[in-house]
Amino acid sequence: MIRFHLDGRSGVSPYLQLKQQVRHALRLGLLREGDQLPTVKDVVAQLAINPNTVLKAYRELEHDGLVAARPGLGTFVTRTLTGTAFAAQAPLRRELQRWMTKARQAGLDDESIEALFMTTFRADAQEDIA
Amino acid sequence: MNPVLAAQDLGKRYGRRWALRHCGLEIPAGHVVGLVGPNGAGKTTLLKLAGGQLAPTAGTISVLGGTPGAGPGQLARVGFVAQDTPVYAGLTVAEHLRLGAGLNPAWDAGLAHDRTARLGLDPKQRAGRLSGGQRAQLALTLGLAKRPDLLILDEPVAALDPLARREFLQGLMEAVAEHELSVLLSSHLVSDLERTCDYLVVLIDSRVRVAGETDRLLACHHRLTGPRRDHLPPEHHVVSAQHTERQSTFVIRTEAPIHDPAWTVTPLTLEDLVLAYMAEPVPARERVTLEVRR
Repeated sequence: MIRFHLDGRSGVSPYLQLKQQVRHALRLGLLREGDQLPTVKDVVAQLAINPNTVLKAYRELEHDGLVAARPGLGTFVTRTLTGTAFAAQAPLRRELQRWMTKARQAGLDDESIEALFMTTFRADAQEDIA
Repeated sequence: MNPVLAAQDLGKRYGRRWALRHCGLEIPAGHVVGLVGPNGAGKTTLLKLAGGQLAPTAGTISVLGGTPGAGPGQLARVGFVAQDTPVYAGLTVAEHLRLGAGLNPAWDAGLAHDRTARLGLDPKQRAGRLSGGQRAQLALTLGLAKRPDLLILDEPVAALDPLARREFLQGLMEAVAEHELSVLLSSHLVSDLERTCDYLVVLIDSRVRVAGETDRLLACHHRLTGPRRDHLPPEHHVVSAQHTERQSTFVIRTEAPIHDPAWTVTPLTLEDLVLAYMAEPVPARERVTLEVRR
């Protein structure tokens, strides 16, 4: 079982935060197939948030094929997010480290590196949407 | 299903002053609706019109498909917790519950007793001797045990300390999860609404500035910063604009994607969004700043 938290300053809507936390836990192996997610009532009582927010997050996770609701019992994990993507992480990380070294050699400081990464990342994500 | 609240050109005038004007709303059922705006914007007036304590000067309002305050059937379906969560100081907790049972045909005695027991309220305690948080919880218990389809709360947590405020909202949200009622609550503190409300109505200077599902509102409002520009394409509705000599900052509402690479686009928090609407040019008189607490 995982415990949710909310970051009020992130600008990310609460239902997306809940979704991301479940996906994150799946990716890190903190949640595995068959594990139960906290009940809507528990999340509501713990975080003082709107039940529809939790329902919406769970519905979308279900739509993504990651969890399934069993009426009267709760919501359960049906698929993990580790596996192939997880295996690809190590080489990607090495590549990113090589890139970082190059950036530093070119004279970029931490802030410039972060800004460059974030603008490229956002531009790429926007192209995907558009 | 009937909308929980529908208003057309609704207005309420006190003497020569309009407390609420040209109010058009259609709020679907099943939401926790946050009514937000500065003090004096007309929030209490709108809530009292919905509860039937006031009659409109202009326009029409219907609540759950009926006329507010029209007959016992309508009154039983709408619960109202007024500002400062009033209770009778001289009556005990148990007497409040008996009073509730006597006045409300659909009274849920089990719910009332469970809730007061869970909250640790002593049935023999007089309400006047309860803490502010406990009084608010007692008022909420009375509102919930009535088992309304819509519960209206006017600034329910404004007078509470942060812990009592959190506990109150937890109790309210649990009740929403359990009984599937619609809730309409007002607050001048956006932070109270951020987690609890999935539908937002922004009322400024006696008019509705924006209304809609919170997630949708957040998804279609953006902050753009970039080199100075005085005009934006027409599909970008400008909510607020600020310029320095070289830089412009806009808050815009748009359904269209933003392609212009000159802009840095950042999402807004609910508080930013409300503040942007409040910063819109309105007559300078009596503009009250929104109180922000975290």
